[in-house]
Amino acid sequence: MTQLALIIDLNVCVGCSACVTSCKEWNTSGPAGFMSDDNPYQKDPNGTFFNRVQTYEVGEFPKTETVHFPKSCLHCEEPPCVPVCPTGASYKREKDGIVLVDYDKCIGCKYCSWACPYGAREIDEHQKVMKKCTLCVDRIYDESLPEAERKPACVLACPTNARLFGDVHDPDSHVSNLIREEGGYPLMPEWGTQPSNHYLPRRKTRFTIHQDELVRVDNPLNKEQKQHHEPVTSPTLDDNSFI
Amino acid sequence: MHPAFSVIFLTTLIGAAQGLFLALFSTQLYSELNILPNVSESNFYGIGAVVALILLGAGLLSSFFHLGHPERAWRAAARWKTSWLSREVIVLPMMMAVVFVYAVMHLGGFDSIAFSNNANINLSSSLFLGMFGVIIAFALFLCTAMIYACIKFLQEWSSPLTVVNYILFGMASGFMLSTVLTSYFSLTDHTEFLGNWAIILTIAAFFTRSASLYRNSRIKHKSSVQSAIGIRHNTIKQTSQGAMGGSFNTREYFHGKTAAFLKSIKYIFMVLVFPIPLLLMFIALDSGNTAIFAAAFIVQYIGLLAERWFFFAQANHPQNIYYQTV
Repeated sequence: MTQLALIIDLNVCVGCSACVTSCKEWNTSGPAGFMSDDNPYQKDPNGTFFNRVQTYEVGEFPKTETVHFPKSCLHCEEPPCVPVCPTGASYKREKDGIVLVDYDKCIGCKYCSWACPYGAREIDEHQKVMKKCTLCVDRIYDESLPEAERKPACVLACPTNARLFGDVHDPDSHVSNLIREEGGYPLMPEWGTQPSNHYLPRRKTRFTIHQDELVRVDNPLNKEQKQHHEPVTSPTLDDNSFI
Repeated sequence: MHPAFSVIFLTTLIGAAQGLFLALFSTQLYSELNILPNVSESNFYGIGAVVALILLGAGLLSSFFHLGHPERAWRAAARWKTSWLSREVIVLPMMMAVVFVYAVMHLGGFDSIAFSNNANINLSSSLFLGMFGVIIAFALFLCTAMIYACIKFLQEWSSPLTVVNYILFGMASGFMLSTVLTSYFSLTDHTEFLGNWAIILTIAAFFTRSASLYRNSRIKHKSSVQSAIGIRHNTIKQTSQGAMGGSFNTREYFHGKTAAFLKSIKYIFMVLVFPIPLLLMFIALDSGNTAIFAAAFIVQYIGLLAERWFFFAQANHPQNIYYQTV
């Protein structure tokens, strides 16, 4: 079975929020209707977003590291938000594992958002329905787009390739390889939600350079010197043997 | 969590209504088994059921204010197989229907003797409807409480004590309310019977609510910022949360009040729900004054509003870990 998901590489995310803006641009112009905003250009801007980038400082000054952390719906394999929905508006697709909300059935009771430990769902304050990341479901199957563009808007926008999209159930997919080989991990594993989105940790790539790799010397291992012998003056065994 | 007054009124009003219905049924059962004298006022059960129906209706109306799309509320009955909220949406109208028929049987004179034996015990047909109503009332308590208790990562709620508290609080306030009616109709024996049960239920609720307060005061949250973002370091500080002017995440999951305010609400409800109504009930049972019975119920109901507010405000949603710095 297919489970589409995002892989977010915290090692290369620079926190530019290009994913946030391109997500908003694509989804606010989509067939499901706009994502409402309040005071977008004034004090206290407010609005509905599917994806936000947060920033954390790890360690104690001056030995700190800044981690940018994009957070959107994780499309859990066991989504706790789905069974609690009283209308069935919140559902997980069998076909590709995307968790979606049917905006025509949602009654805006907010119970699903209470049942999501990640705070991935946001109510649209004007349309009064629950909204969340759709993995750009209106884009990834659109055959009028070139095949390379059939990806979520955030993935296409990321300038550092920190967001990757693929099937995490296919063991040979690029994203599965990354999870396996680069230490991909889920968020809050303690609740058994089994998020499909995985995060790749910060990684340090180090290699040691020796002095002789930097300075070119002739005969660096001094092999000839080891083999060097003084010229032999006295007769050797070879000189006396005729056989 | 951010306490929503629509839900606070819903849970307290229907709780009192269910408790009142259970009190009416208990009175009828005891009277018809000749443990208590027969109710001399013929309209007592009918008027009691109408009061319960009004409370249930007010609770249902209040719940609509919680919805973004109340016109689609009928859809909420769809997922009863998985959702406790959906189950509540089904059981609440069932409760109203039972109470309505119960009221009509008593007020309209449609009640009749369904069973009688030689020992002068006559059980009326409304009593059998009442037995069904008791099952529905407890099912509704279970549904209402499980909406909160079933969310396992809201650890303050995820406990059998939540269910026990909802049942005991609802019954205590309902029995308090029933004493107002019996006192008004001058049913002295029944007032004493129901008043004593109101006292017992309030004391029982005191112990179970204290147990849940004790449990929640030393709760150890499973999630941490380390598990939330998956970085194993003891010192992690959030510097931005992805929104400048707040978001749904900063509004919905936090009560927005100071810790001192939260604590003061706790003391207020601990005083208003338990000692004052108990004292008033003792005085009322002694004097038989209807106004004091009413005061006991009203004080406890106001206390229960504070209790429910605290119940919501105290629950710490793990998503708040992601929103520590505005």
